[in-house]
Amino acid sequence: MADLKVTLSGLELDNPIIPASGTFGYGYEFAELYDINVLGSFSFKGTTLEPRFGNPTPRIAETPSGMINAVGMQNPGIDRVITEELPRLKRCFHKKVIANIGGFSVDEYAECCAHIDKEDQVGLIEVNVSCPNVHNGCMSFGTDPLGISAVTKAVKAVTSKPVYVKLSPNVTDIVPLAAAAAEAGADGISLINTLLGMRIDLRTKKPVIANKMGGFSGSAILPVALRMVYQVYEAVKLPIIGMGGVSTARDVVEMMLAGATAVEVGAANLVDPWACPKIIADLPGVMAQYGITSLKDIIGGAH
Amino acid sequence: MKQGIYTIVEHTPLTRDVYRMVLSGDTSAMTMPGQFMEISLPGFFLRRPISICDYDEKTVTIIYKVVGQGTDAMARMKKGETLDALTGLGHGFDVEKSGDEPLLVGGGVGVPPLYNLAKTLLAAGRKPTVILGFNKADEIFYAREFEALGARVIVTTVDGSVGVKGFVTNALPERFSYVYSCGPMPMLRALYRATQGSGGQFSLEERMGCGFGACMGCSVMTKEGGRRVCKDGPVFDKEVLEWQI
Repeated sequence: MADLKVTLSGLELDNPIIPASGTFGYGYEFAELYDINVLGSFSFKGTTLEPRFGNPTPRIAETPSGMINAVGMQNPGIDRVITEELPRLKRCFHKKVIANIGGFSVDEYAECCAHIDKEDQVGLIEVNVSCPNVHNGCMSFGTDPLGISAVTKAVKAVTSKPVYVKLSPNVTDIVPLAAAAAEAGADGISLINTLLGMRIDLRTKKPVIANKMGGFSGSAILPVALRMVYQVYEAVKLPIIGMGGVSTARDVVEMMLAGATAVEVGAANLVDPWACPKIIADLPGVMAQYGITSLKDIIGGAH
Repeated sequence: MKQGIYTIVEHTPLTRDVYRMVLSGDTSAMTMPGQFMEISLPGFFLRRPISICDYDEKTVTIIYKVVGQGTDAMARMKKGETLDALTGLGHGFDVEKSGDEPLLVGGGVGVPPLYNLAKTLLAAGRKPTVILGFNKADEIFYAREFEALGARVIVTTVDGSVGVKGFVTNALPERFSYVYSCGPMPMLRALYRATQGSGGQFSLEERMGCGFGACMGCSVMTKEGGRRVCKDGPVFDKEVLEWQI
């Protein structure tokens, strides 16, 4: 019998599959399609202290084997997430959810996390210091070890929940950034966020995306994500949530061999809304094919 | 929303770059005129959102324009080939609001979703007037099909080669009970200005990620806050939209 269970800083998951933030809303669009309780957990839409409309459209472009988005962290703000989205989610999701939190200053991250700290439904906080789509925020923290350290310390001071820092791949070397998060007290690392990318429309001869650049995701980025998860696993002794281009059960196994304890699935949800339950259903077969009885046993197995 | 496999049973060009495709498959998720489907094309990552022109128990008709690599590949597909699609997407036109003499205004590839709307309104005993706007004669499609339904049809062309010369707003009737429209944003803006005294619903177009409300890729700012074109729309009450006039 295949054992899919994994544990993230004390949070036990029935399986390692977690829809990634920004591809799953606050869950209930998907709850109309399938019982989302089959998931390990899910990471809700990146949420900030204040409501945000985000960037002008077009926000989406296609790429070979992937896509670019420049949504710009559209969200209703932390207070409405707590008073409206979480109660609505409670009716269809009975597991702990991952709260994905963004911000524009150290204080803002801390205040937002302090608000969500009281919520029993939240099992873990994923601090997004790596959104490429907002100016003067997020990614500017995530590409600087001092910024990561400051945000991590501030958030840890206001919450007792496990804090995972979500890193940007848009750096020369990911290791010092993961190390900065670890030294500042992070409980785990999430990676990778999207890669900065661009497409140009041949008819208008201008960038497709109104914001010009956006975050590149989808199967095309899987090798970059695997490489970075592998590097961080070697350098930092913290659990890793691995993500980037995962769309099949085989990708999940590969990501766990690289060093991930759990795996987020992002862009695949947008193309096939049933991608996550299909991956979960396929995992036992893929495990049997490669002689794996427990997924816990293969974490970091490629090292 | 449902996912299904659809077989191409008809595929014909209507103009130089506009094609009509009839697909057979499960249409049970389609519930109102103005909805769209998301079609997956081999070799392309994202699905293509295409408005539904008409549907019955067994088939769905779409009309699309070749605008890029994806629709170009789609145009090469042959009868008998199959496509994976998500159906039942979007909030369509509310026919209850039409009144007795609704006005339907379509511009270019905004025309197709009005076809099933006109059909539905006629079946309910309404008397729709349909204005179809194009740039020039060889871009016109579906005017005869709307006439065959029994609707009063007015064609406009920018160059005056057929019908009323100018834009759709040059052909507005004096009286109508409600206005439904789909077309390019400059046309919708002009139509909004010209029909401020009456109620109406406009269908918007936007580049989409998922097409079912998950990614926030196609948001539009409205007087009630940010809304998703794919899930809350594509059809919105025109008064709810923000117009820079």
